[in-house]
Amino acid sequence: MQFLSDVFGSHWQDVQLVAWTLIKIIAIVLPLMISVAYLTYAERKVIGYMQVRIGPNRVGPFGLLQPLADGLKLLFKEIILPTASNKALFFIGPVLAIAPAFAAWAVVPFDADMVLADIDAGLLYILAMTSVAVYGVIIAGWASNSKYAFLGALRSAAQIVSYEIAMGFTLVGVLMCANSLNLGKIVLGQEGGFWHWYFIPLFPLFIVYFISAVAETNRAPFDVAEGESEIVAGFHVEYSGMAFAVFFLAEYANMMLVSMLAALMFLGGWLSPVPFLPDSFLWLLAKVGFLLFLFLWFRATFPRYRYDQIMRLGWKVFIPITLVWIIVVGGMMQTQWAYLFH
Amino acid sequence: MLNTIKNTLGSLMLVEMLKGMALTGRYFFAKKITIQYPEERTPQSNRFRGLHALRRYPNGEERCIACKLCEAVCPAMAITIESEQREDNTRRTTRYDIDLTKCIFCGFCEESCPVDSIVETRIFDYHGEQRGDLMYTKDMLLAVGDQYELQIAADRQQDKSYR
Repeated sequence: MQFLSDVFGSHWQDVQLVAWTLIKIIAIVLPLMISVAYLTYAERKVIGYMQVRIGPNRVGPFGLLQPLADGLKLLFKEIILPTASNKALFFIGPVLAIAPAFAAWAVVPFDADMVLADIDAGLLYILAMTSVAVYGVIIAGWASNSKYAFLGALRSAAQIVSYEIAMGFTLVGVLMCANSLNLGKIVLGQEGGFWHWYFIPLFPLFIVYFISAVAETNRAPFDVAEGESEIVAGFHVEYSGMAFAVFFLAEYANMMLVSMLAALMFLGGWLSPVPFLPDSFLWLLAKVGFLLFLFLWFRATFPRYRYDQIMRLGWKVFIPITLVWIIVVGGMMQTQWAYLFH
Repeated sequence: MLNTIKNTLGSLMLVEMLKGMALTGRYFFAKKITIQYPEERTPQSNRFRGLHALRRYPNGEERCIACKLCEAVCPAMAITIESEQREDNTRRTTRYDIDLTKCIFCGFCEESCPVDSIVETRIFDYHGEQRGDLMYTKDMLLAVGDQYELQIAADRQQDKSYR
């Protein structure tokens, strides 16, 4: 230690800060990658169970090592570079897809003081990050120079952009209630048992948010971007091996991110549902787990939406509903029932 | 008018979505019907048409008399037979090949056989690792027959009254 501080001299403080931050980042990203791997396992198991099958059960006890086997397989596979592709952009695509999906976790508060960056514009930062993700999709689809990839990229870009608006509006409702953009403060605004959580006064917004989140992450039933039966696999059709795995990782990390956001903003984050139980990180884990289960449940239940129906739902249903409810919330806040929304 | 209101409200409340989810939710807890092959196997009929075998009489004499009916009836032309006269003046095959990559497992060869020589057994999980591994020759087919004779005979016995 003494030696190190001698070497770095007056920069020792900065070096320590950087090292400490790096450790925190690893402590967030590593469990995140592992949970992505096991989310794929959970998905196969849950959908299997709903289809009266038992899902993967061969690799390890209950098939628990299946994600590791899949990961290893993808690592050893060749990354095929299409001759007609734009080489530089072809590799930038997956990077741009996964970087924002992980970067957004920087401002997520896991517990009362467990947050990497406790910034006041946390929500704006997350919205910015999730918007950048669409560039990964567009660039990947365009650089592949394949008609399926291009169509998939166009579809998914249009879909992500449209549903982002509805999603943003639902968050406006939360902001009106919480009077803050800081995710930690939004959670603390819901203190005092589950009847104080925002999903009750903002119930329509919560539903709209969650459905938009499913559409935003291109998950079934809104997965026209990769609709297997029409455009093969959409924007990542030309990717193989680890490059494909990166897209896969990004999709599931995004699923977890939007579930995490829903848990923080509508379901009281790490707060316990009843006052006599202690607040804990485990509550957050349970809430996110439940929302992720809903994602899988949707996929096992609903057939894929037609593309024009998705656009209709986003523009003609969700945006009007959120606008109306924001006005209702704003109006109610001027009356004697304002306490309902705080 | 009233119906329009009802439908709009219904779709706003996601009634049908929730019904669908209730259904899949129920099946989540339903008893799973997966058969865990190869530890468990589905029940098989005694008329199952799997891998072919050539049978022998109990005294060890091969049944096939090289009448070539199976070769003639085979719709996939998977059977090739060559024959000659043996010293005891009976006609026997010198070659009896079945190309299992051509065979469609219709069972016509078994039906056409006057001496119950060529039969299809219950075996379905065999494989070839190289080109040509699934070209079964007379010796291989006889070996299959010798190995599974008990099962083959029992299956034929069970089906006797229907033939």
